[in-house]
Amino acid sequence: MATREDDDEPMIARDATYHRAPEELRARVRASVAAAAREERRPALWRAVALAGAFAAVAAVSWNLALLDAAPSAESLVERDLVAAHVRSLMPGHLEDVASSDQHTVKPWFAGKLDFSPPVHDLAAAGFPLAGGRLDYVGGRPVAALAYRYRLHVINVFVWPAPGSPDTAPRAAIRQGYSIVRWVHGGMAFHAVSDAEAAPLAALAEALDRAAD
Amino acid sequence: MTLHARFEKSVLPHLDAAYNLARWLTRNDQDAQDVVQEAYLRAFRYFEGLRGGDARAWLLAIVRNAGYTWLQKNRPAEVLALDDAAAVAAEAEVAGHAAPPETNPEVIVLQSVNRKLVNQALEDLPVAYREVLVMRELEDLSYKEIAAIAGVPIGTVMSRLARGRELLRRLLEIRMRKAS
Repeated sequence: MATREDDDEPMIARDATYHRAPEELRARVRASVAAAAREERRPALWRAVALAGAFAAVAAVSWNLALLDAAPSAESLVERDLVAAHVRSLMPGHLEDVASSDQHTVKPWFAGKLDFSPPVHDLAAAGFPLAGGRLDYVGGRPVAALAYRYRLHVINVFVWPAPGSPDTAPRAAIRQGYSIVRWVHGGMAFHAVSDAEAAPLAALAEALDRAAD
Repeated sequence: MTLHARFEKSVLPHLDAAYNLARWLTRNDQDAQDVVQEAYLRAFRYFEGLRGGDARAWLLAIVRNAGYTWLQKNRPAEVLALDDAAAVAAEAEVAGHAAPPETNPEVIVLQSVNRKLVNQALEDLPVAYREVLVMRELEDLSYKEIAAIAGVPIGTVMSRLARGRELLRRLLEIRMRKAS
């Protein structure tokens, strides 16, 4: 027991009950702490990855602002919008307006929100499960954004109409460390953006085109 | 030794202290268990931050926090009525059954008082006084430790103890008179 300090008043509360923990609580606490200890070991890596990702995003954005060209080309403006939209989509709760891996849920969701109907296909078989869709704003117009997952990465595919443009093969660019792969297929312009490398983005492009045909 | 093993060794032994404080804060077995469970999970999360130091006082600060969070959510009136407002309210209740001024507190203290009545009187006390009395008299913590746990200056701990004892004595008198 700790040494008594000189309380000059009688300790009446001393006669109150000292409630000892019931045995079942001991078991319950031990079990939940043990479970937390197991949890702890796994997501530590996850958290590190997420944190690194967040730092990278912030660094990328500030780098971009610092180097901002005085008179950027239209293409570069679109790329900037794409990366900004991609980064923003990774912030908690921003990835999808309609969260579903079901293309029959996601595609109708766009109806009435855009003046075009983007092709929506779950590409899980090709390694790119659909996470959902949302509206975004790129290059001065509302566009469809489809979120796909690829391993630990998120790939955003931005789609808007490109009437009269012939189909093109996927072309890759890097901006602020993000891969951007663009192509045109069936009168729609596609831009896939991710921190994954360009190769899987091109694979996604092919899978998407195949599914659309 | 893993983090988990160190936690089991240094924090788990204080389960009784944690439960006693939580039980006196919530005044209910089941709620106290929930508060303790939540507090232990929080404690485990922050355990790496405990370098040496007294694990019991550290844990009790977390239990107290969890307990207050619980009170705020489930019985906000009890927390809002802290300090002076609560003292006044408690006193008003006491005043309704004011004891004759010549009553000697020693009489009460020297006889072995009924534990049940003490428990009831302590439960009636506003939580700010109840907690310092529990930490001081049941848990044997020093003024300094209580000040650190409750996040108030030592002077406040001392005045709350004095005020709490005064209120407790008067609440007890009422209960004893009712009982007899």
